[in-house]
Amino acid sequence: MLTFTIRRLIFAVPTLLFTALIIFLLLELAPGDPMSNVPLTVPDDVKQQMRLALGLGEPMHIRFFKWIVQFFWIEPLNLFDQMFGTTFAEGKLRVISWQSRSPVIDIIAERIPQTLWVVGTAYVVAIAIAIPVGIYSAYRQYSFFDQAGTFITMVGYSVPPFFSGVLVIVVFAVNLGWFPSIYDTTHKVVDWDSFVVQLKQMIMPVMVLALQITSQISRFMRASMLDNLEQDYVRTARAKGMGERTVVMVHVLRNSMIPVVTVIALGIPAIFGGAIITEQVFKVNGIGQLLITAIQANDLPMVQTLTFIFAVLIVLFNLFADVLYGILDPRIRYD
Amino acid sequence: MPEGGRRVLEVLGLEIVFHTRDGEIHAVNDVSFSLAPGEVLGVVGESGSGKSVTMMSLIGLLPSPPARVCRGQVLLDGENLLMVSPARMRQVRGGEVGFVFQDPMTSLNPVFTVGYQLAEPLRRHMGMTKRAARARSIELLELVGIPDAAARLRDYPHQFSGGMRQRVMIAIALACEPKVLIADEPTTALDVTIQAQILELLQDLRAQLGMAIIWITHDLGVIAGIADRVMVMYGGQVVEQAPVREVFGNPQHPYTRALLKTVPSVTGARAARLEVIEGQPPILTSAPSACSFRDRCADRAAQCDRENPVLRAIGGGHDVACHQSYGGCPA
Repeated sequence: MLTFTIRRLIFAVPTLLFTALIIFLLLELAPGDPMSNVPLTVPDDVKQQMRLALGLGEPMHIRFFKWIVQFFWIEPLNLFDQMFGTTFAEGKLRVISWQSRSPVIDIIAERIPQTLWVVGTAYVVAIAIAIPVGIYSAYRQYSFFDQAGTFITMVGYSVPPFFSGVLVIVVFAVNLGWFPSIYDTTHKVVDWDSFVVQLKQMIMPVMVLALQITSQISRFMRASMLDNLEQDYVRTARAKGMGERTVVMVHVLRNSMIPVVTVIALGIPAIFGGAIITEQVFKVNGIGQLLITAIQANDLPMVQTLTFIFAVLIVLFNLFADVLYGILDPRIRYD
Repeated sequence: MPEGGRRVLEVLGLEIVFHTRDGEIHAVNDVSFSLAPGEVLGVVGESGSGKSVTMMSLIGLLPSPPARVCRGQVLLDGENLLMVSPARMRQVRGGEVGFVFQDPMTSLNPVFTVGYQLAEPLRRHMGMTKRAARARSIELLELVGIPDAAARLRDYPHQFSGGMRQRVMIAIALACEPKVLIADEPTTALDVTIQAQILELLQDLRAQLGMAIIWITHDLGVIAGIADRVMVMYGGQVVEQAPVREVFGNPQHPYTRALLKTVPSVTGARAARLEVIEGQPPILTSAPSACSFRDRCADRAAQCDRENPVLRAIGGGHDVACHQSYGGCPA
């Protein structure tokens, strides 16, 4: 297993370099100009000088190489400096956002907590609901509970968040007035009361996101349980005199969790990716919102870096899912 | 075998109906049989004759719905298993009645070690500690002839061959020293040499442990080798029941005779084609009101269309359900 992990990590390097190249080229070849938001009163030659100042005068391959160096060498060094108070990266040029002229990584670090709080909580809530629902729906297939669950998950899966988001705002924020409709990012949790406020402002976005994630995972869990409930080993367990609880919650569940855990692990990068639409609806200024505004402003370093971080996370969690699969299923051998 | 003595298992007038979307299927109709301690009862019949369904229903392993036991009694040492509480039934399963299934490749849980699966019934029924269950598991694996038993407890089912897995299944079924072992075609999925090993193993174990065995099979050769008594099933009914010598030497029911004819002979001139029983076994959408074998029977008479023959004793522990043999003129 360890050899497998190391081998996969080494293979991940060319994969990621190639991904980086594709991301860079796609953004490079796409139309757009970082100066398009600059007022028309600014003369053309000034704009040209500004472009050169951003480094756009260099040929494409030089810019790609510099970005790679900045991302893989200077930024980690900088992180090391911040953690241990050293000065290895001093004076070196970091990846700078064209919009705000501050380092991209610093902005991302500012936005990550909001996203993790909202999207991460939604993911945890969704898993906590989906797994028991999936198990029970499968065990009592075609019961009222199962039929109702099927209906709700179908609705949850097919209604887009820009609709369900606005709907919950109308119901809970406007009509009932229970929760604020706008997420206040500057709110700090210091005591119980401020924690309650934080909880209140999180409920609606979490609800909207969790509805979608629960729908997916509970369907998956149900299907996986149904597959396993019909297996011969279930009959063997019953013939041994095991109680229904042991049969379902030990024998069947252990087998059913294998594909579900993999799907959950593969979904984790999406948490960091944020939820572009839901963040927009509730004004959560997380990663999703950062990405969309960066795209609108042609802020190439920001878009490149964010997209590439997503790529890294996807590669890592794919590996994580594979390793987990090997741990959960004794039949899988990687050596 | 002890005749007329104590019965460890007695099944009386069992009837099972499956309620499906396309209507009712009467899978088991008025089946009665009994089993003496230490006896091996061979159950033969075509696919769909109700063998497995009958045996699974004894310890409530049929999924319900669709299956429903409508009538009958299953007496295990005098206790009617069809009336007991679910908790008592769980004690019986694995504790007093062991069950070995047909396909060893899929009958073990792939994600638990063999040791865990073997210890489960021990801990449940005999209240053993982990340590005691482990010691007993090693004993059991040695009993069924798995070498290096202590080390193999940590292995998963996929690390065993088919024959070894069936041995593990047998060890699980025997774990709590049941009074009755039901083996549902335990050797069908295995190749012939492994079959012979498993047969020998079960005969040894019976001699050692003295439990009664119900052996379901298609294979008449296996029956001839191990059974004390044979029960022939057709269309969800018992059509003939007799000591093993009687069945092979003096078969009364036309179905039994036809079955015996299908066994290819290894001596004499080779027949051009293998013998078959023409036609299909019936699918019973209602309780039988006529002989269910009549469409495939050479000796069909008018009475066969009117009346379903009941099982009648003809002496020497031999029972048969056929109108033709009642008159005492077997063809």
